[in-house]
Amino acid sequence: MPTNEKLLTPELAGVEVHGVTRSSFLVRSALAAGAVYGAGAVSPFVRSAFAASGGTDAEIVNFALTLEYLEAAFYTEAAKLKLSGKVRDLAKLLRDDETQHVDALTATVKKLGGTPVAKPKFTFPIKDEKSFLKLAQVLEDTGVSAYNGAGPSITSKDVLAAAGSIVQIEARHAAAIRLMNGEPPAPVAFDAPLPAAKVKAAVKPFIMA
Amino acid sequence: MTDQDQHDSNQDRPAGALAELTRDESSRRRFLGLAGAGGAAALSTFIAACGSDSKKQETTATAPAQRGGDIDIVNYALTLEYVEAAFYTKVVASGLFKGAQLDAIKRIGENEKEHVAALTATAKKLGGTPAPKPKTKFPLGSPSAVLKLAATVENLGAAAYLGQAAAIQSKEVLAAALSIHSVEGRHAAALNTLVGKSITPDGAFAKPASMKQVLAAVQPFIVNS
Repeated sequence: MPTNEKLLTPELAGVEVHGVTRSSFLVRSALAAGAVYGAGAVSPFVRSAFAASGGTDAEIVNFALTLEYLEAAFYTEAAKLKLSGKVRDLAKLLRDDETQHVDALTATVKKLGGTPVAKPKFTFPIKDEKSFLKLAQVLEDTGVSAYNGAGPSITSKDVLAAAGSIVQIEARHAAAIRLMNGEPPAPVAFDAPLPAAKVKAAVKPFIMA
Repeated sequence: MTDQDQHDSNQDRPAGALAELTRDESSRRRFLGLAGAGGAAALSTFIAACGSDSKKQETTATAPAQRGGDIDIVNYALTLEYVEAAFYTKVVASGLFKGAQLDAIKRIGENEKEHVAALTATAKKLGGTPAPKPKTKFPLGSPSAVLKLAATVENLGAAAYLGQAAAIQSKEVLAAALSIHSVEGRHAAALNTLVGKSITPDGAFAKPASMKQVLAAVQPFIVNS
């Protein structure tokens, strides 16, 4: 963890992704970027990560799949908490959506001739409704930014259209969770742009860990 | 009528002259000759702008032909954002809302104004002429009717961006469109919540709308200048 940077979203730093694939590595780094500079910082990081590596569509979809595995696992974990009626209903809806995204992306990787990543193991620092809603907000905001960052690197029009139909759902989730938290559903008109170099520097300490 | 009904009925409605414009250059020109049919005329100005931009690009040897396509899409998005921004300005001025709801509406309206500014700049950067601000009219009845209309407009806007994503050539334009698309999705979910609708009316995968569907749906809000 950087010593000279104040964490904007410390919740994200508490999420652990246990996996050895390139996708889990990228998701870990994306979360780290979000922890330091907020969710808006994830988009440029993801874009530069795929641009630099010449990521194939299958790699990008596997990255998205890892992200959806994370979200699905998160809401499954949340379902074990004691949640009030409205929050419980929303958590269930979101878990079902994320599970469908996992299925669709798994099928997409196969269709592209790739091998879908294995489901990584995750640890989430949630213990009650409040910590769940707080982390849900940053995870959904981060998910939106991650998809938006990956979008321009996608080659196939079909894959781009599929990614678009998923990211809009992530954005809707983010807005709904934000309303639960009493936060503005759309805090900015665009994702905050941040120089990739700055994001990479912020992410470096997390990658070493 | 729910906004879903309205959306569906718009899709089912015969395409009409206006919708034809977006498909066929010759019918576009023919239509411009006939311009004056109610609300369609102002929108035809926008389409005329798109058309002339495309032509300009086609005749410029150094510019890639597909740029005309991106300019058309950006100007289409700009027109939609103009409509949205005008809608919220009118809603705020109407005095129908107070307190937290008014603040929420103002915030969304500010987002749309920022989208207008960004898309105007993008159209210029691509070498095009930004679409003109259309003259608009909205039926503002009760607060609940206004919120329903807002939800319809936002869900349509989100679907409109989604419908264009795969057609955009420039990676920069795509990145900009994506960053607006998700914000429209956020607006849609927030307004759906306000009117008691599902945040994800299409399920786990959002559905796109074609330019033809969207232009037909916004036509009632655009007036002849």
